[in-house]
Amino acid sequence: MPEIVMREAIKMGLEEALENDPNVLILGEDIGAYGGAYAVTDGFLKKFGPERIKDTPISEATFIGTGIGAASAGLRPIIELMSISFSLVGFDQIVNMAANLRYMSGGQIHVPMVIRAPTGAGVQLAATHSQSVETWLAEVPGLYCVCPSNPKDALGLLRTSIKSNNPVIFAEPALLYGLKGDVPEDYYEIPLGSASVSKEGKDITLLSYGAGMSVINDTEKILSSKNISAEIIDLRSLNPIDYKTIGKSIKKTNHLLALDTARKNGGIMGEVVSNIQEDFNDWLDGPIIRVGAKDVPWPYNKNLEGAAYPSAENIVNTILEKLIKV
Amino acid sequence: MATLKQEKNNKTSKLTQVVDEKKEMLDLYKQMFLIRQFELACGENYTKGNIRGFLHLYIGQEATAVGSISCLNDQDYIVTHYRDHGHALARGLDVNRSMAELFGKASGLSKGKGGSMHLFDAGKKFMGGHAIVGGQFPLATGLALACQYKKTGGIVVCFFGDGSTNQGTYHETLNLASVWKLPILFILENNKYGMGSSIDRVRAGGEDFYTGANTYDIPAAQVDGMDVLAEKEATKIAVDKVRQNGGPFYLECKTFRFVGHSLADGQKYRKTDEIKEWEKKDPLTKFPEWILSAGIAKKTDLEKIHQEVNKNIEDAVNFAETSLEPKSSELYEDIYKID
Ligand SMILES: Cc1ncc(C[n+]2csc(CCOP(=O)(O)OP(=O)(O)O)c2C)c(N)n1
Ligand SMILES: [Mg+2]
Repeated sequence: MPEIVMREAIKMGLEEALENDPNVLILGEDIGAYGGAYAVTDGFLKKFGPERIKDTPISEATFIGTGIGAASAGLRPIIELMSISFSLVGFDQIVNMAANLRYMSGGQIHVPMVIRAPTGAGVQLAATHSQSVETWLAEVPGLYCVCPSNPKDALGLLRTSIKSNNPVIFAEPALLYGLKGDVPEDYYEIPLGSASVSKEGKDITLLSYGAGMSVINDTEKILSSKNISAEIIDLRSLNPIDYKTIGKSIKKTNHLLALDTARKNGGIMGEVVSNIQEDFNDWLDGPIIRVGAKDVPWPYNKNLEGAAYPSAENIVNTILEKLIKV
Repeated sequence: MATLKQEKNNKTSKLTQVVDEKKEMLDLYKQMFLIRQFELACGENYTKGNIRGFLHLYIGQEATAVGSISCLNDQDYIVTHYRDHGHALARGLDVNRSMAELFGKASGLSKGKGGSMHLFDAGKKFMGGHAIVGGQFPLATGLALACQYKKTGGIVVCFFGDGSTNQGTYHETLNLASVWKLPILFILENNKYGMGSSIDRVRAGGEDFYTGANTYDIPAAQVDGMDVLAEKEATKIAVDKVRQNGGPFYLECKTFRFVGHSLADGQKYRKTDEIKEWEKKDPLTKFPEWILSAGIAKKTDLEKIHQEVNKNIEDAVNFAETSLEPKSSELYEDIYKID
């Protein structure tokens, strides 16, 4: 299959689900007549009709919760949020309702629902539209939480997310909707909770997810030009976390750098490296390095936003300084 | 409102002639009595330490749940708030397993993981017990969407308190349910207080709520929630409207809790006079009095009910007490459904 962009890969996954399962429907603001804030659902209203492509009022708490109710009665709703920052308006429904219903009912109810939302900074939307709320939601038992970094993973993860019998947070890096990549022609799925090794190497493991992977790829190129061989891991799933794949890599490279494009303080990598430290300390030949965005509200100004966002150059310098003294 | 009241009165006079309805009347009474005795037993076992956490009793409000839920079918869903024992029992949830849930036992409805505020029985389409005030509105809307989408013919009844009407989800949900014409009956249990906040201190818009439903183009009515027959009659009309029109209906029930908000409430915020005034309308006194005076049943019929129910409650407490604690492995069960 020719290269497609991330937006098309997600659209493909949604379309396929709508075609194959009459219980799938999409709820969200301006997903129908308008075609979606990021044009992911463009054309769906015409193709699938207003019963399945449901434009909602601007009431996040209510349409997220409506999805939960519909899911607990046997439908498979997909919720689109215009921004994951807006999930905060419906946070109670996601955290207290969707995640807890099964447990509180002693397993009587399940909630097969996907919440899709653009996430992250880097597109100059300032503090209210640039949060990476997937890192907050990744802590919640009862939810799954994934974030793809390329079209192939987006399609593969979306397929398993929609098929899952549990609520899944599907975070789509806002920066990457136009990112191109190959997507296999044959049907495939990517299991939730599986990280991927996107490049093998022997000197250091570079770990990130979502938009962070672009930064990591740039980092690897610079390191490679300095004859440092980096292995790249894409976490892909923030809950559950694939410690097996990360651990295996560390046994090989004995060094780890973990990157969040969310704020470093509270970023998911804090959790990841603390567990790695506990379980793989004997295999580490130096301190784990964590890099993240600056601990500030996201500024609008391009230069300021850039200064808060992690860069490959800085990462390389940190690695050279702290780890591999050349 | 006036028409509902009137219909009820007509009905009442007709009832004296209709022998068939004896069973129906005694059933209503039995359910209310069951709830009252259940709640009294809960209070007792809270004091004993068998029930912990927050415990909100339904004492005084029995006629609301019993009258309204008696109008529903098996395919209809019920969603309610944390003051949920009355609705659960009126829906016919197992008394033993309900009590065991409050005791936190493995034999409880939710294996002891939900407690008093989170009663569920999915088989009976009783979808909780929700303890975030206003959190249940969107869930109810979604269940109604599923009924509409799958054309099941079922409707959803969403119970809520006056306090929850100040949450955003209340207004959002009324709007969405109306826009999408969802089959949902909103039943407000207006007991005049949200914890210690009387409605005149926290609400703009006066003491009546049902008039506000007009804003969302939802037909609405108000009923005396202390009168089980009025409640039943009003709900029947409301349910028929929802089934026929497909769209929502809003029913406000004027009711009162005779006890504190929870077992931790000293009721400093209201006068005993007010409670006494409302206790005159106690459905557990008024209704059996009327049954007797109208000649529908005899004292011995009521006594038989008392004996049966008291035995049920005794058995339930026994069942809960002797049931096992959940196994520690249960900690990790029921978080995810296996894919
Ligand atoms: C979001 C939220 N805020 C506050 C509370 C604490 N709380 C529990 S019940 C209650 C009062 C609710 O009153 P109302 O809706 O009238 O129901 P009632 O108790 O009268 O049946 C409050 C404030 C809560 N559980 N959830
Ligand atoms: Mg109240």
